[in-house]
Amino acid sequence: MVTVSLEEARAAAAAVPDPELPMLTLGDLGILRDVVRRADGGVEVVITPTYSGCPAMDAIREDIQRVLPGVSVRTVLAPPWTTDWITDEGRRKLAEHGISPPGRTPVLQLNPRCPRCRSPRTRLVSRYGSTSCKAMFACRDCLEPFDHFKEF
Amino acid sequence: MNSLETGDDCLVLAQRLAEWVTLAPTLEEDVALANLALDLLGQARALLAREGDEDALAYLRPPGQFRNCLLVEQPNGDFAHTVVRHLLFASYLYELYRAHPGDEVAAKGVKELAYHRDYARVWTLRLGLGTEESRRRTMAALEALWPFVDELFESRAELRGPWEQYVLATLAEASLAVPEGVEQRSGGRRGEHGPHLAALLAEMQALHREHSGATW
Repeated sequence: MVTVSLEEARAAAAAVPDPELPMLTLGDLGILRDVVRRADGGVEVVITPTYSGCPAMDAIREDIQRVLPGVSVRTVLAPPWTTDWITDEGRRKLAEHGISPPGRTPVLQLNPRCPRCRSPRTRLVSRYGSTSCKAMFACRDCLEPFDHFKEF
Repeated sequence: MNSLETGDDCLVLAQRLAEWVTLAPTLEEDVALANLALDLLGQARALLAREGDEDALAYLRPPGQFRNCLLVEQPNGDFAHTVVRHLLFASYLYELYRAHPGDEVAAKGVKELAYHRDYARVWTLRLGLGTEESRRRTMAALEALWPFVDELFESRAELRGPWEQYVLATLAEASLAVPEGVEQRSGGRRGEHGPHLAALLAEMQALHREHSGATW
């Protein structure tokens, strides 16, 4: 049984890296919904998936339980996650790792800037990328191919 | 929303789309089709879990107990078939989800389906306005799949208007004519499926049936 305070548990869960975007923590990504005390005194961590089919949910659950042994992890769908919940720190880290961060929703029909040279002259290569949450773009100026975190 | 019908639609189409993996025309489309499949699989799991044990429902039911519409069980055919099938279906599922904002699967799924139908729309335009060959194949796909349109709206006639607005506008923009006088087929919602579903399920269920409880 975990004896940590809810604040400690929240901080530990928020610091767990996302398995598919390990430069981001669950806190950065905005998928940590809540940390609550269960009726039996234990701790429950509530998370939400980015996309319905996110295959990382099982790994995330196990990672949380590794840093917080004994906690239960519950997944909720409502309200649906949106990229607006990615923190400013999360956006900064994405850009630092060459992934163009999402714009604020609802998005204007502007292409994302190249994360390498900051050029706005980019083109869509494919609406889907290595994970559901990303699209593939390329820069017309420096030619860098890059992932863009889709507005969602 | 009928969780069993929509859950089965999503499950069967996810399996169909997954058949493209390693076979799609380009690596980008391979990845895109797998992502479409994954979204639908996630929705299917959440919907079927409302009806009982998701594994038992997916892996142990015979074809006659599936309630998916006939459109989603149609074979992939060529890429044009897959694109047209997705245009017809994703536009329908988008409207169905949009009509259920209080349903948490629908509320989440509608955002995913907005991307799906946009993907299908852009490809429909590219194929319809592309070469003679791409246009010929897209028209053939439209003719082959149009008989399964009415079934989508069997119990949800009010969704047809907004669906037509999107689909017919896309087809017009792609300079593709809507097939006329096509005899419509139905029966999926009553468990009356064609031979394609049995073959799809035989493959999807084989591992589970042979090694019940197997894990990675």
